[in-house]
Amino acid sequence: MKRRTLFGGVIAVAMVGLTSGVVAQQPPIKIGMSMPQTGGLAGGGKASLLGIEIWRDDVNAKGGLLGRKVELVVYDDKSSASETPAIYSKLLDVDKVDLLFAPYATVPTAPLMPMVKQRGLLLMGNFSFQVNSKVQHDMWFNNAPWGPPDSWPDSFLDIAQKAGAKSVAFLSADQEFAQNLVVIAREVAKKRNMPIVFDQAYPPNTVEFSSIVRALKAAKPDVVYVSSYPPDSAGILRAVNEVGIGDNVKVFGGGMVGLQFGAVMENMGSLLNGVVNYNSWLPEPKMYYEGTKEFFDKYTKRAVEAKVDPLGYYLAPFGYASGQLVEAAVKAVGSLDQKAMAKYLHEHEMQTIVGPMTFGPDGERKENAVLQAQFRGITDKNIEQFRSSGKQVILFPEKLKSGDLVTPFEAARN
Amino acid sequence: MDLLLDAVVTGVLLGCFYAAVSLGLSVAFGLLDVPHVAHPAFLVLASYAVFFLNERYGVDPLLAGLLITPLFFLFGLAAYRLYYETFERRGSDAGVRGIAFFFGIAFIIEVLIILQFGVDQRSVTATYVGKAWRIADTRIPFRLLVAFAVAAALTILLTLYLSRTFMGRAIRAVAQDQEALRLMGVNPIRIKQWAFGIATAVLGIAGALLIIVAPVEPTLDRTYIGRTFCVVVMAGLGSMTGTLVAAIILGVAETIVLTLFGASWAPAISFAMLLGVLAVRPQGLFGRRS
Repeated sequence: MKRRTLFGGVIAVAMVGLTSGVVAQQPPIKIGMSMPQTGGLAGGGKASLLGIEIWRDDVNAKGGLLGRKVELVVYDDKSSASETPAIYSKLLDVDKVDLLFAPYATVPTAPLMPMVKQRGLLLMGNFSFQVNSKVQHDMWFNNAPWGPPDSWPDSFLDIAQKAGAKSVAFLSADQEFAQNLVVIAREVAKKRNMPIVFDQAYPPNTVEFSSIVRALKAAKPDVVYVSSYPPDSAGILRAVNEVGIGDNVKVFGGGMVGLQFGAVMENMGSLLNGVVNYNSWLPEPKMYYEGTKEFFDKYTKRAVEAKVDPLGYYLAPFGYASGQLVEAAVKAVGSLDQKAMAKYLHEHEMQTIVGPMTFGPDGERKENAVLQAQFRGITDKNIEQFRSSGKQVILFPEKLKSGDLVTPFEAARN
Repeated sequence: MDLLLDAVVTGVLLGCFYAAVSLGLSVAFGLLDVPHVAHPAFLVLASYAVFFLNERYGVDPLLAGLLITPLFFLFGLAAYRLYYETFERRGSDAGVRGIAFFFGIAFIIEVLIILQFGVDQRSVTATYVGKAWRIADTRIPFRLLVAFAVAAALTILLTLYLSRTFMGRAIRAVAQDQEALRLMGVNPIRIKQWAFGIATAVLGIAGALLIIVAPVEPTLDRTYIGRTFCVVVMAGLGSMTGTLVAAIILGVAETIVLTLFGASWAPAISFAMLLGVLAVRPQGLFGRRS
């Protein structure tokens, strides 16, 4: 081999090495977020984060986005609204993240909205409720299935009214999410000419609910709409079981957060029977889309190791779906231009593992995809039973319906 | 009228539960002047220990509470010794620094629970959980009746121990005059350590009540920190009977407000009552004027 050829070869090899080095050294795309990993919302936050992490691993296995690996920068916001503004300032100004995901839930997300609007940033929402109604940020997209604000309580009260209910009672936690929900529920009840015979907000640190349930029972409502947070939901159901709720109650439940989480469902066991409550995803036949089964296969294995909700139906697939939305938008616009991504998300129907998603001008889902489902035939201390269909019968929406309402509530409990 | 009667009955039972979770603090803070803000964290730790025994070995929660009591006594001895060596013996601002110490301990316990058990709610199974005793139209949850019986028994036992035994009298003496005790040839630090052990041991059974009454989660201690201190201060520092009575007054007031006037006002009740009592009787309902 001539010396010049050898020299050329060496240079060529070196160049190839350098070029591949340049590709390898391309910085990752950083997605920043806070997530409740301690405090009252931690159960949901951890499951949601695992869903997002599974998406990150899947997308990186396929070569990343724009040829760059995806990296998550995550801080614990301790379920507190007071923590999130500082965390997101740090994510933007110190960590220099490329994209933002919102934390799980309404309370930690609400204070971020003015900031992202002011800075013109895209924010992928994570199961918060009506946080954009006043801010009106046009780059906000909520992965939750809520749809128009009144559709959630409307579907519940519709089920109740069809079952012959006339009067309604509201019991709600004195917190942002629950109050947003109950304010709208009152308007829906008014539109439906359902008199409100009991309406109480209880403080977040309430220990014992039997007195409240007794007062509620004395009001003799036909339907009880409860808007509660996880620790309270368990306390309320236990009190209902002990002191009773009255024979005239036809439908009970509605907006009880917590009854979607594996550990709570396992703990409550047979106390859940008869409750009609909202949900986001359930293992009923019509709920499977492309990738859904594969996602849950991966989630089930990793949840044990991560000590998070073993079922993960409520939030985890939606965390994964947030990643899918970003992935589709980045691929379509070919850059991280957040304005262009927002435009794309507004104009197209997106396919995710929890079904197709389209967004209205306010960044909420155009169609109400919240499930109203009734617990049936639940036994005590058996989490595996919730993996079968028929344990939470879908009553709404019509196209996903898997059974009919059993009423009155006391009869449905047995 | 029925609602009012229901509210009073539930309030008494709830108050007894508050008393059971506050008695340990009444010894630690009321008698020993230890700013034990980690008291509710110890309580939650005991609940998780009870959960572990119930879940893994099917042990009845109350029995599990009794089984962990000796371990919590030893834990209390160790915790006080650490607090004494690192803070109390070092000067006059020990109280302020002690608060920081116990806050630190509370956070460590919280994190350890999360690492071991995760962040989800946990509860126990027992024949008396989830059922109620029916008298005419009134139904009283069994779990609150259990809390009532245990709180009454704990109060009687602690009162007898503090008034009838040598160690009990020594604990009361150390609360009143540490120097006098030292002149009598008794080591006040060992007495305080023993008393702190007793205060922590009581939490074993109180932790069982906590998880019997409602599901627990790792950060539940934050809910109880205000209530337990409120009960102890309102009772008059160091009075066991006072703790029971103050807790019952608080429970009844809270329940009446919850039932008849609206749940939103309930949290204000405990602190409004505390302020009212301190304005009229600064030494608390059953405290002695110093």
